[in-house]
Amino acid sequence: MRTLEQTTQEVLTLAARHFNVPEGSLSPADDFFKKLGINSLQALELLTRLENHFAIELPDYEVQGVSDFRTLAERIQSRL
Amino acid sequence: MLDLTAYDSLGAALRDASARFAGEVCLIEADRDKEKERLTYLDFQQRAHPLARGLQDSGFAADHRASIIMTNQSKWLISAYAIFFRGGVLVPLDYKLTPAEHWQLLQHSGAAVLITEYPIWRQLAADPARAASSVRTVLVTEAPPNADLHGALRWEEFRGDAEPDFVPRQRTDTACIVYSSGTGGRPKGCMMAHECYLSQCVALTSLYPFWPGVRYLSILPTNHAVDFMVGFIGPFTCGAAVVHLRTLRPEFVREAFTRYKITYVTLVPAVLKNLQKGLQERFAALPPAKRAILNAMIALNKLLTRGRPRLWISRRLLPQVHAAFGGQLLAIVVGGAFSEPQNLQFFYDLGIPVANGYGLTEACTVITVNDLKPFRADTVGKPLPGVEVRIVNPDAEGIGEVAARGRTIMSGYLNEPELTAETIVDGWLMTGDFGRLDSAGHLQLFGRKKNMIVTEEGKNIYPEDIENVFAGLPVKEFCVFAANFVWPRRSMTGEQLVLIVHPDSGGPSEEDLLREINARNSRLLNYKRIHGVVFWKEDFPLTASLKIRRNVLAEQLARLERETAVNSL
Repeated sequence: MRTLEQTTQEVLTLAARHFNVPEGSLSPADDFFKKLGINSLQALELLTRLENHFAIELPDYEVQGVSDFRTLAERIQSRL
Repeated sequence: MLDLTAYDSLGAALRDASARFAGEVCLIEADRDKEKERLTYLDFQQRAHPLARGLQDSGFAADHRASIIMTNQSKWLISAYAIFFRGGVLVPLDYKLTPAEHWQLLQHSGAAVLITEYPIWRQLAADPARAASSVRTVLVTEAPPNADLHGALRWEEFRGDAEPDFVPRQRTDTACIVYSSGTGGRPKGCMMAHECYLSQCVALTSLYPFWPGVRYLSILPTNHAVDFMVGFIGPFTCGAAVVHLRTLRPEFVREAFTRYKITYVTLVPAVLKNLQKGLQERFAALPPAKRAILNAMIALNKLLTRGRPRLWISRRLLPQVHAAFGGQLLAIVVGGAFSEPQNLQFFYDLGIPVANGYGLTEACTVITVNDLKPFRADTVGKPLPGVEVRIVNPDAEGIGEVAARGRTIMSGYLNEPELTAETIVDGWLMTGDFGRLDSAGHLQLFGRKKNMIVTEEGKNIYPEDIENVFAGLPVKEFCVFAANFVWPRRSMTGEQLVLIVHPDSGGPSEEDLLREINARNSRLLNYKRIHGVVFWKEDFPLTASLKIRRNVLAEQLARLERETAVNSL
């Protein structure tokens, strides 16, 4: 079982890869919309990728209003 | 459909529709590939009446206000039905706002009841602004069994056993308070009477009819005036069905068209554009021979549908394209912002009519719409039956401010008599948009008179609402404008915001300022960002109370050349 720290780190790494930014340039408190300059459709793409990686299903409404990596990782952690 | 001219309120119309179409399917709710709900009108009524009774038992009565903050799902519509049944005023809010924004609008609207979803409530409950709220009852849907509800009640358990008492309303009573603008400045709560919706529904369904068996795919948030009308009131008063998806991921949206044989859907221009791009890529990837056949079929379809849509022909000529949309699609409604003509034409040429129109929340959603007789991508259509449109102070080319009058216009902005008097002049809604009526009676738009932009995703951005992110900038003064407000361009698309900066003598260099502005700009959501900066060396004109006289400043700035004055970011 992953710890929340591990989950958060994996989320950051996957997001960096998905949006082609240097790994290590993202931190848990970052607002992913602002930091990556993405729109809600692009955020949904990232969610699909995270779901495949963690083998979970994360409903859109469950992450409604979530905009930082840490909270996103918490929501994923609660479903692992 | 019901004869809505015989009804005084949405509550009465929805009540009678649920009895008349009792056995028809009214709602389908799917989450990814799983169907979660399929309700007939009778099922719907049986879910809504206990909620209405619960509201009644809690003291909810005529004219009380209840807000819904939910994603598109069956409980949104069930809750709205119950509120109208009890004579209440519905305050639909955008679920994408922040908790602080939600509390501000809840307070402004005077909502006593809030109906929301557990994930949204979790964030709302934790926000300090809750302390000052006048909301007495909070109902939360789908809360996990052991969740801390922070004083809220479970929607699923909030029910009364007896039949609820129906509360009649007059046509002129307020049915909804709909917020048409951002929250940074003055919230604009449009007070929409029952009459607005009943009249608009009659007019719209005369052009784009619904009937039992029609399936409307509801993607645009239901708090939005367009989806509220075509994704709730329209289908429900005609016995049609609404399909809700709990996910908006493109792969599942695509699948929904074929699985549920969708008849109508509303999309924002940004999504329509993406859809076009995807189709064009697929066409380009076809082997040359197949591509040549496709192009020939499209050309033939164009020829045969020049005067009006002929769906049965289009579906035969281009079967695969139509199959991808489920084979039953009658039209795509495009709403929330303006579409580029080539984007609309692309779909029409494939035999998929696009109901392009023009409207404002203040006008209950639609003022003009394309009637497809014939389809024209270069206009926003003709005034809806019952709506008068005139051009105020037209110039030599006939272009002036668009004004609209009719039963669908709001009664005013909540608690804002001055703003209302500026917006509704002698019974005419001044839209703040420039337009011209052509000889066929079609409206063409030529940019905005008002200082605002609308993004392709349908977001209205008021410059004043984003200025606070630049507060404390080491300059003498600054303000944000819609570039087209200063330098009018006859276009409703590709709009941008610019920051006007009056540097302090002895302050940071322009280079340093640009760096600081860039850093602050990145704190804004991408669709709210400014695109350029103008360095302006004179004092801003101010009012006696030291507010910027924006119109005067805009006139002064207009003397500059846009291209040379604006430093792009």
